Amino acid sequence: MEALIANITELLAENTIFNAQTLGYYGEGLVTTVQLVFLSLIIGLVLAIPLAIGRGSKRKWIKMPIFFYTYVFRGTPLLVQLYLIYYGVVFVEGIQDTWLWLILERPFYPALIAFTLNTAAYTTEIFHGAIKATSRGEIEAARAYGMSYSLMMRRIILPSAFRRALPAYGNEVIFMLHASAIASVVTIMDLTGAARFVYARFYAPFEAFLFVAAIYLCLTFAILYLFRYLEKRMLAHLKPASQ
Amino acid sequence: MIDLHGYGPRLFEGALVTIELAILSLILAVVLGLLTASAKMSRSWPLHRLGTLYTTIIRGVPDLVLMMLLFFGGQIGINMFTDMLYDRYDIDIFINVNEFVAGVITIGLIFGAYMGETFRGAFLAVDSGQIEAGRAYGMSQWLVFRRIRFPLMMRHALPGLSNNWMVLLKTTALVSVIGLSDMVRVASEASKATREPFTFMIIVAAIYLLIATFSEWGFAHLQKRYNVGFGESH
Amino acid sequence: MKRLLGVTLLGAILVAGAAEAREYDKVRFGVDVPYEPMEYRTPDGELTGFDIELGNALCAEMEIECEWIVQGWDGIIPGLLSRKYDAIMSSMTINDERREQVLFSDPYITPPSAWFAPADSNIETPNAEALEGKTIGVQRGTLQDNYVTDNFGDVARVSRYATADDMVLDMDAGRLDIVFLDFPIGKATLLDSEAGNYQVVGEMITEPKKYFGDGFGIAFRQRDEELAAKFNEALATLKENGTYNEIYNRYFGNNNQ
Repeated sequence: MEALIANITELLAENTIFNAQTLGYYGEGLVTTVQLVFLSLIIGLVLAIPLAIGRGSKRKWIKMPIFFYTYVFRGTPLLVQLYLIYYGVVFVEGIQDTWLWLILERPFYPALIAFTLNTAAYTTEIFHGAIKATSRGEIEAARAYGMSYSLMMRRIILPSAFRRALPAYGNEVIFMLHASAIASVVTIMDLTGAARFVYARFYAPFEAFLFVAAIYLCLTFAILYLFRYLEKRMLAHLKPASQ
Repeated sequence: MIDLHGYGPRLFEGALVTIELAILSLILAVVLGLLTASAKMSRSWPLHRLGTLYTTIIRGVPDLVLMMLLFFGGQIGINMFTDMLYDRYDIDIFINVNEFVAGVITIGLIFGAYMGETFRGAFLAVDSGQIEAGRAYGMSQWLVFRRIRFPLMMRHALPGLSNNWMVLLKTTALVSVIGLSDMVRVASEASKATREPFTFMIIVAAIYLLIATFSEWGFAHLQKRYNVGFGESH
Repeated sequence: MKRLLGVTLLGAILVAGAAEAREYDKVRFGVDVPYEPMEYRTPDGELTGFDIELGNALCAEMEIECEWIVQGWDGIIPGLLSRKYDAIMSSMTINDERREQVLFSDPYITPPSAWFAPADSNIETPNAEALEGKTIGVQRGTLQDNYVTDNFGDVARVSRYATADDMVLDMDAGRLDIVFLDFPIGKATLLDSEAGNYQVVGEMITEPKKYFGDGFGIAFRQRDEELAAKFNEALATLKENGTYNEIYNRYFGNNNQ
């Protein structure tokens, strides 16, 4: 064991790649990735709830545009969406002179917009499916109590749909973390951006990408365990009683 | 009419590259997925561990990072090997992994892990009574697999398979970042040269939607075929 | 079943490999496009530019066949080492860091690097003070990237791009305050094609040698000394017989750089 530690120390002392500068880039990259993913998930979630309710509406003019939106955003690569938003917005006449430009100038915000719209589309469909799967008995019971539509939505349908949607939403969170790697394409120095920098500077693909892969793996596991914990707590009532 | 500034033919070629890439990687992924599923269900623990390690790592790391690792690292790895051959044995070989092949291998490797999970679940869902019935008829192991396990498994695997295919199709866009001239790459070069990103990117988005819609229809058709004998409810 | 699958897989991997003997009747060049005017594509996809024309002229002089293989800058040296191609002719500056990896020919052109900014920019001399808080554009992994990262990485935001035209697009969009480029590339893409919108800021930069090296060279694998010597010879001949000047003038005009 001691020999191993001595070995590692020696290896670290000899390496020229992981110095203060590059480790700094990885650190900042981690912060950027987490910010980008967290913000897009939160905003996406807030958008997805009303959209999911509207998606199940009986009125065509509400239902169809939402369906079209999720169809387009789920049917095309996020990379194409990012390009469209990042490069596309610039060509809107005169946008550089408005306050919007303050937001769109930095690559972070166009990426955030693309990621948010993308995750909102997937989350809408996940919730839509979960709402549709609400058991008829629950709805009838709520009606029998004389609940209004909105009260029923708030008290009965949404809480039970949230629980059912949890496993699928956990996958979406991990998917978003992985998808965020493409932020580096529009010059954002996220985790992958840091790895690409280190690779290009030192021609060291193994060191640069294995290191960042390990960080992503840890993040993925953290999310996985968080959702497993949530599922355990919130889906406790669905488990067989004898346990 | 839309003006493509002479990029039309290259865009068409790029679309063909995307489709070829997606189909070949799908084939590789299905093969790897079947192997992984059998490894994970096998009684030998090294095989089981190996299968688990493969699916865990691949599914825990972003596609783009894996792609860059295999793409750039693979080159250097092969280079070390051929240099070793040259230095020690004076054998000078040149192994050319072209970008397209590397793309197929990388995407196939990534989606093999997802397919493995899909197939494993599907194999486990096959009613063991059916397999026993096959054996009782004196069918060989291979015949049982071909006539009973595989078709029954496919019925359970198809929804997952179709889902994986849709994700795989979109993942092919990432090869443009690494330098393969798929339709996203051509469109991004064209939009920079002509300064018209909307035109080219929207065309590309439409082609993706078209392929997705077409394959959805195809999978629905297949699902119907594999559901024969199981009633309408599935 | 399993064995069958194994064989198919092995077959698929072997398709990727092919054995080839070493013979210099054909040279494959790795090149990163677009990098106008050094190397770029016409809309129908054909490669052209100073490097391409000079490379083809060198091959003609040596009476060997030339092939050009497009490779992103990120992977251009690993691609050479793994024998995807035999040489790199892609505006590669000769410097010590790279000499450890590859063998260079004699320099065939020596362009400086320069700062380019919008015409109305308030940056006069690009130093740490003037660049504080600005966004600087560079191409990832280039010597300009190394120079800017080491000298201004702490005070300015550095945006790194995969290709030069990604960068120009963002410069046009107003996302970048200033970019640092090989002078001929900046001249072709920013000064000539967008006349009046951009200007060169400060002096042409060729020092320190640690970053800016000794001009552009053709890169070979370390062991291909023979091939490098043949290219040096051909380059000398082209400079003597006027072919070099003819190509040079076509791209850079009356020796104005």
